[in-house]
Amino acid sequence: MKKILILFAHPALEKSRVNKILISGIKDLDGVTFHDLYESYPEFDIDVKYEQQLLIANDIIIFQHPFFWYSIPAIMKEWMDLVLEHGWAYGSNGDALNDKLFFNVVTTGGREEAYQEEGYNRFTINQFLAPIHQTAYLCKMKYLSPYAIHGTHKITSEEIKFHIDEYKLLLTLLRDEKIDLVKSDRFKNLATNVLKLKKD
Amino acid sequence: MHEGGFFFQAFVYLAAAVISVPIAKRLGLGSVLGYLLAGIFIGPFGFHFVGQEGQDVMHFAEFGVVMMLFLIGLELQPKLLWKLRFPILGLGGFQVLLTSSIILVVSIVVGLSWQTGLVVGMILSLSSTAIVLQTLNEKGLMKTDGGQNSFSVLLFQDIAVIPMLAVIPLLAIESVNSLTTSENSHADSWVSNLSVIEQTGVILLAIAGIILVGIYLIRPIFRIIAKTGLREIFTAAALLLVIGIAILMTNVGLSPALGTFLAGVVLAGSEYRHELESDIDPFKGLLLGLFFIAVGASIDFNLIAANPLFILGLVICLIVIKFLVLFILGKFYKMGLDNNFLFSFALAQGGEFAFVLFSFSVQNNVLSSEVANPLIAVVALSMAVTPLLMLINEKILQPKIGTKESDQKSADEIDEENSVIIAGFGRFGSVVGRFLRANGITPTVLDIDADNVDLLRRLGLKVFYGDASRHDLLHSAGAEKAKLIIVAVDESQKTIEIVETIKKHFPHLRILARANSWRNAYQLLEMNVEKVYLETFDTSIRLGVDALRALGLRAYQTYRNAKQFRKHDYETLEYLATVHKDKKEFIRSAKQRIQDLEQLILSEVKREDNSRDLGWDTSSLIKEFSKK
Repeated sequence: MKKILILFAHPALEKSRVNKILISGIKDLDGVTFHDLYESYPEFDIDVKYEQQLLIANDIIIFQHPFFWYSIPAIMKEWMDLVLEHGWAYGSNGDALNDKLFFNVVTTGGREEAYQEEGYNRFTINQFLAPIHQTAYLCKMKYLSPYAIHGTHKITSEEIKFHIDEYKLLLTLLRDEKIDLVKSDRFKNLATNVLKLKKD
Repeated sequence: MHEGGFFFQAFVYLAAAVISVPIAKRLGLGSVLGYLLAGIFIGPFGFHFVGQEGQDVMHFAEFGVVMMLFLIGLELQPKLLWKLRFPILGLGGFQVLLTSSIILVVSIVVGLSWQTGLVVGMILSLSSTAIVLQTLNEKGLMKTDGGQNSFSVLLFQDIAVIPMLAVIPLLAIESVNSLTTSENSHADSWVSNLSVIEQTGVILLAIAGIILVGIYLIRPIFRIIAKTGLREIFTAAALLLVIGIAILMTNVGLSPALGTFLAGVVLAGSEYRHELESDIDPFKGLLLGLFFIAVGASIDFNLIAANPLFILGLVICLIVIKFLVLFILGKFYKMGLDNNFLFSFALAQGGEFAFVLFSFSVQNNVLSSEVANPLIAVVALSMAVTPLLMLINEKILQPKIGTKESDQKSADEIDEENSVIIAGFGRFGSVVGRFLRANGITPTVLDIDADNVDLLRRLGLKVFYGDASRHDLLHSAGAEKAKLIIVAVDESQKTIEIVETIKKHFPHLRILARANSWRNAYQLLEMNVEKVYLETFDTSIRLGVDALRALGLRAYQTYRNAKQFRKHDYETLEYLATVHKDKKEFIRSAKQRIQDLEQLILSEVKREDNSRDLGWDTSSLIKEFSKK
């Protein structure tokens, strides 16, 4: 059984529509540690030692966040700055995160069509996430395609319900090592594809 | 045996209460039943510790009902009373009218005169304010629909007694020897010689007087008394107020309970409300207990034994008639089944006013004692049965109905029971309070400084006068239902006392406390206070940050240093709290901690210590690249 750490960041969760419901479904899941960064560090005084211990104790690291200005929320960047230290996470002696799985769970207001090279955001979500992808690479982690929920401005409650269940399924499969990781590279977005990745 | 003087009497009553009430409570019967049983045991038909003087005790103890209505008034804002006007007039009016009419018809059918029937009907339509409200309060059902409607009906009945007293003498079978009426307190009033119009005028004047005095005079007087800081004088003033109003009301021919209720409503918005509540409450409790014991003791078992089936039949008839009328009215007023059962079972008995009115009627030759005496026994029995009926309703009927009391509807009626209490609203507590209010949380505030309370109230804040280390005051402020208490008083000794009271009586409350010194903070931490706040600490640090910035240091790092400093200091505080009793160890570790901190801060500035914010420190990267 793999252990999963969800690093969650939403600066105004009370205004959130999707994330708020999405996390309620997975908080108490077995083998999942849910860590709410804005709730733990309202003054951005991130406890680096504690965060590093959390990372070491888990096998799968997830950044779950809304997509603000095509990127992660501010505290997540601060977290990356301070926790992923040279000589610990990367560099010639930085091996602490070797071979851990890493990916983003993102919600975007714009629809999927907008996140295309011909769409009005001009880049795909994977392109926007390049800095994170590269960070994972530098830290010698295995980076998976994001689980991206698009169009949250107009999402229906049935769609939210679908994603709650699918996200939960994704986490349980990852935990129980029943996800075909090789196959997962074929998909740009894990959302709506989780069932296809299930190992027999 | 029962003539052993005042102290012996007091001993018997108190002992009966102290023994029987806890047992009754234990058995789940409620305190009222406990008192009633105690009364039966010590009464002339039990162990005969008290004799017929139970009647006199009862008249005295009825004052407990007066106090209870004062307290109920205190909890009822005028706004809320206005909202209840339809149930009071509608439900209450129809209940009295229908019940009286049915009993009148029954009386005529069994061969009594219509006058007798009408008097009996009116008297028996009344229910027992004392038993019903005490039981509802004890079960926490006052704020439910059923509870509110019961209260409305009882209030109407209290008002209805006034015209009844006026009408009963007119129904005399034969012309009355008017001298005999002078025994009755109501006929003995100042206004008995005036015409009806003049009487009405005097009554209206008295009510207006109570309202005006309540609004304009009582508060300044209480403020002066509060300033003396003498608690017993405040209690004396509270009692004086209640007794004074009762005397006034009796003398203008109104029910004293109604007068004090009105005074209570007028004072409901006042800052002294919680203090008044907690001062009057023990008196009310004792007197009501005494009243219930007296009711128990006065049940005439000889009369019942002479004709048991007849009396029991009457009791059942009375309860069934009243229950049906109430239940149908409840249906008509669209009460839920659970609330309707509560309402109907609660009010299906005769009331304490019946005792007064029956003897009044006999004196006025309206009823013969052959009719009145069995009925008095019937009323007493029906009162004694009420707690049992409510128990049956609660334990057997309600679980079957299934629709448990839902709080949704009554939510807006719960008044002043906020989830946060702030004790002390000076320069510290007021900031906390304002901040909470700015975020939509209205705290209940207690403060001991009468001037401060007055000022804050004029600014439109809801602040109550009182000493928060008194558990009864905390109780009135809703400590049972609150989640959090913020202790923000000035004096450290008071803080400790308040925390002691909370830990003892309200252990569920989370405590956040202000400490005015490290010493004070150690004591509070030792008492397991969840969070302790050194009162000037954060301001000092903020000033320090600004000082460093004025000297040209960068803001963000200075700010982060301040947070580190604060965190370290609080850790030190928590550690020192565990060792502060051992003087030597205390001084040694305090010094050590301070040195540690200095070291930490200094090294941070000199960038010798690499343990923090390494991610923003490129020196190791530079080193690694230069090797390649």
